[in-house]
Amino acid sequence: MAGNAEPLSPRAKLAVTAGKAAAAVSRAAGRGSGSVIGGRVALKLDPDLLGRLATHLDVVLVSATNGKTTTTRLIAEALRASGPVVSNALGANMPAGITSALAGGSDARYGVIEVDEKYLAGVARDVTPKAIALLNLSRDQLDRAAETRMLAEKWREGLQGTKAVVIANADDPLVVWAASSSPNVVWVAAGQEWKDDAWSCPACGGVMQRPGDDWFCGECGFRRPAPSWVLNGDYVLDPHGSAWPIHLQLPGRANKANAATSAAVAAVFGVPPQVALERMYQVQAVAGRYDVVSFQGRELRLLLAKNPAGWLETFSLIDPPPTPVILSVNARGADGTDTSWLWDVDYTRLAGHPIFVIGDRKLDLAVRLEVANLDFRVCESLAECVQLAPPGQIELIANYTAFQDVRRTVGN
Amino acid sequence: MSDNSLRLVWVYPDLLSTYGDQGNALVVERRARQRGLDVARLDVRSDQPVPSSGDIYLIGGGEDRPQRLAAERLRRDGGLQRAAANGAIIFSVCAGYQILGHEFINDLGEREPGLGLLDVVSTRGEGERCVGDVLGDIDERLGLPQLTGFENHQGVTHLGPTARPFARVRLGRGNGTGDGTEGAYNETVFGTYMHGPVLARNPQIADLLLKLALDVNALPPTDDRWYEALRAERIASATQPA
Repeated sequence: MAGNAEPLSPRAKLAVTAGKAAAAVSRAAGRGSGSVIGGRVALKLDPDLLGRLATHLDVVLVSATNGKTTTTRLIAEALRASGPVVSNALGANMPAGITSALAGGSDARYGVIEVDEKYLAGVARDVTPKAIALLNLSRDQLDRAAETRMLAEKWREGLQGTKAVVIANADDPLVVWAASSSPNVVWVAAGQEWKDDAWSCPACGGVMQRPGDDWFCGECGFRRPAPSWVLNGDYVLDPHGSAWPIHLQLPGRANKANAATSAAVAAVFGVPPQVALERMYQVQAVAGRYDVVSFQGRELRLLLAKNPAGWLETFSLIDPPPTPVILSVNARGADGTDTSWLWDVDYTRLAGHPIFVIGDRKLDLAVRLEVANLDFRVCESLAECVQLAPPGQIELIANYTAFQDVRRTVGN
Repeated sequence: MSDNSLRLVWVYPDLLSTYGDQGNALVVERRARQRGLDVARLDVRSDQPVPSSGDIYLIGGGEDRPQRLAAERLRRDGGLQRAAANGAIIFSVCAGYQILGHEFINDLGEREPGLGLLDVVSTRGEGERCVGDVLGDIDERLGLPQLTGFENHQGVTHLGPTARPFARVRLGRGNGTGDGTEGAYNETVFGTYMHGPVLARNPQIADLLLKLALDVNALPPTDDRWYEALRAERIASATQPA
């Protein structure tokens, strides 16, 4: 199993050292944590390094459109109950970033690794994971990403016959389609609010029927599998029918879903749900997400929402009106440069909140909100929003680079 | 238009609503209501019949397989064709635009028959996918201001003699034929590659659809300052890339 049974080859060691040196140079130059550049250098010197680093670890991979960073963090917290963990906790989730993270944890027993959706099949091949957690798939960055169903297809092909236990969301038809080529699947009824990427059957193209929480294809036999773990309000039911309370500092239904999945993953590694869930309470904020910060004498809660499904889950966790809400949207490379997705988000859910709008694409948002018949103010800066906002804690929802901008502004 | 209610039909959101296409329906609906019209919006899923009695039909963009499924189901259903024969206004985007033509290339690489409501034929381009902001001049007969939008497609659409180019691009690829044309239209049927969504970027096009459906020459004015601000920003950004 785990441990340092087999030392790294000299070539692999050299690659790790060179990677660390490159990361240190990058950090010294003020260019971020350096984990990606370090990993790139190391992988150049030893292309098999990722697999070699992972042979010493019991690895779990986590992939999804939304929630992968948080779930990675929750699983890491849970597995620490039974041994040291190495993890790419900061969300550097492509092979270089993953390599760099693993290189930093030579005494770890477990590797808890977030993987970008597009790289899952390849990373799963390289590191022979013991478990793979699949949370959800939905539209994201359509100007550069693969089509959502094609992504599910790639997962399906890549995971065919995998030896890993796949822990998959039974409530997302695309995830079920992707996971059902795997011989050993643990289905978790984790829920999914967003349904608009799975109206046509991934197997045959038939129209999906969705009565209540169930779903099935009207034409072929593809249907929701019977889950062995179930998220039920504030509880998770384990396969023995015991209900365990989920207490998190992280807000919202989606994080309860992440915790339920994490408990199912922890069980694969022998950590009982009670222990796993208690440890998850420790997690406060994940890479700044959900953090409550103070800015110009006001409290702001920072919420990241990158795509329609993420915005939908975020709307369901914010405090009710008259809590002020600041929205910030950019459309830089990492966000996707097409803002059409704003129209897939149901902003009428914000009715009654005082709304303030910033970001590179504040005018796209303004038109979106105008058509939704909402009252809003377009501002030039976060400071202006905060000055105009009525009293009380402010909810701030931003997409990817807009979120980074806000963190810099508030010094988080 | 029947009585005082505008019937707005959004065709197959389960298959053809990948790029914020709901926005086009929301903009038409909002602008009609701002003019005091009652709007009955009907979202028709691909396992439901398309009514033939609508005033305006919107059909959006989608991925390759859903596009084929939509074409198969629309051909079989016949409702949209009957609506077109009744003189309904049809506005289509990207995959929907290709479906309204005579044929397009489907996800299996085969020629898929369309509905033949627009005199266009689409093939798949050999080069890179067309992705990015577009700026164009709409056919002067329509009397509309500059076109702004976002394109994201691999299609090449050739116009036949009874289709007119909807616009000519200044920036971007449009129909991908290299002649600068973008989209196509005839008396009642419109097609474009523009997302954005295009009616949010170009509310005057939404008003054109309303005027055609209502058979009027003018509509009461609306407060369009946010649309205008967005248009000015997108046009400036397209002409002076950062």
